Amino acid sequence: MLFTKTKPIEEVLESLGNEKKIFLLACDGCAEACGTGGKDGLAQMKDEMEKAGKSVAGTCLVDFLCNKVLVTTRLSREMEQIQQADSIVVLTCGIGVQAVSKVVSKVVHPADDTVSLGGMQGLWPSDERCNACGQCVLDYTGGICPITMCAKSLLNGPCGGAKDGKCEVDPEKDCGWQLIYERLEKLGRLENLKKAYSPRDHSKMLPSEDVRKTSFYDLEK
Amino acid sequence: MKLIERFEQGKCVVTCEVGPPKGIEIEKVIEELVPLQSRVDAFNVTDLQSSVLRVGSMATCRLLKEKSLEPIMQLTCRDRNRLGLQSDVLSAAVLGIENLLCLTGDHTTLGDHPQAMPVFDLDSVQLLSAVTALMNGKDMAGNDLEGRPPQFCLGAVVNPGADPIEPQIVKMEKKIAAGAQFIQTQAVYEVDKFAAFMKKVKHLNVPIMAGIVFLKSPGMAKFMNANVAGIHVPDEIIDELTASGKEKRVEKSLEISARLIKELKDLCQGIHIMSLGWERHIAAVLEMAGL
Repeated sequence: MLFTKTKPIEEVLESLGNEKKIFLLACDGCAEACGTGGKDGLAQMKDEMEKAGKSVAGTCLVDFLCNKVLVTTRLSREMEQIQQADSIVVLTCGIGVQAVSKVVSKVVHPADDTVSLGGMQGLWPSDERCNACGQCVLDYTGGICPITMCAKSLLNGPCGGAKDGKCEVDPEKDCGWQLIYERLEKLGRLENLKKAYSPRDHSKMLPSEDVRKTSFYDLEK
Repeated sequence: MKLIERFEQGKCVVTCEVGPPKGIEIEKVIEELVPLQSRVDAFNVTDLQSSVLRVGSMATCRLLKEKSLEPIMQLTCRDRNRLGLQSDVLSAAVLGIENLLCLTGDHTTLGDHPQAMPVFDLDSVQLLSAVTALMNGKDMAGNDLEGRPPQFCLGAVVNPGADPIEPQIVKMEKKIAAGAQFIQTQAVYEVDKFAAFMKKVKHLNVPIMAGIVFLKSPGMAKFMNANVAGIHVPDEIIDELTASGKEKRVEKSLEISARLIKELKDLCQGIHIMSLGWERHIAAVLEMAGL
């Protein structure tokens, strides 16, 4: 699930420039759940556009804008209106914007910003986070991720900045390494703290060719 | 001069911290330190302390050296990746800097450019390892350096007031294994607690310098208690400072620092003074403390 926030309308209008006829497209998936898309988002954006003196060439709601087959099917009925418009304003996450851009040859303006949730979640969106670093050390850290739970992503943590078990960045945020320490103590594995971790291999963040060939990376491959 | 030589002489080593200015008029900052040359063994130059933009540590260290003041260059992991850090280490050696203090660094969000990217490609342990590798003639990737390798005295930091203390001590062990030859601590105001900490780390057999931060006001003490990790100024000291009144405040503050130094210096191998703008008072405090 991707988390979106509505862009300030001034930002969207600035991006539209002198464009007059705007087609509005919204996602009924994650964006609807976030209150940035869906039927309501579409209606609100229509108001804003008309208030700004634009004319709305048409509106369309699609269940999942990240699904290009679905987008192609649904938009085929609106193609005439879309072609007549100057551009499309899309209420969706960054994935949706890119997917729509591939399917229609029209300028696409994002109405939403996709906001960091601090890493990927599982299919059950709880508070576990993964940054897909490719060098998992969870066995040494009691199952608590130092990359996502430490603000500095330290491997040889903690730093000297934690106060009362809270991170120097935010007194409401737990120090990741405090959590790791407490868990290791509970597991009787405090000796793991002595592990001298080598520096991270950041080149692993660029998906390699063999990964890019898989359908995990690209369903259409 | 590598600081380790001073420790080997058995004296109580004294260092003080220098914060470069937020601008290029650095002459006054350096000039104020010149009278301390005979009293202070070396000068720590901070690396964008609190993540606030200032002149860099390396340039300041070079200027200190040109005035015959021994610099310790602080290097944090916040702003540069491993290439930038290793390069700065080589550059420091080229400029004649012989002492490095390697630390993680404050997070970017604490400073005046909170939108900046926090780098932290390395942590303090990895940075110490990297410098040790360079001193052995190889970069982090295993490539040979050309010519003779740089040589430094390496320092690291510890927070003796951290709770829990055990992870700090384990990390201290890692830092020493990675090459740290001396340790400077966060500010200490409770002598008994420091003595207990020193007992716990006795086995590490490395010179430790107790940190001293001048308490400029009761307000500052309370602020630090609320906001700075590992610092605890006990009520008795805050009350003592308050009772002295505004006119005698500076005098009382220096007296408190001198008293702390007197009590701490026999528990460890040195004193590290963070004067926070009161550099002109350092000589007086050392005098009162008998150093």
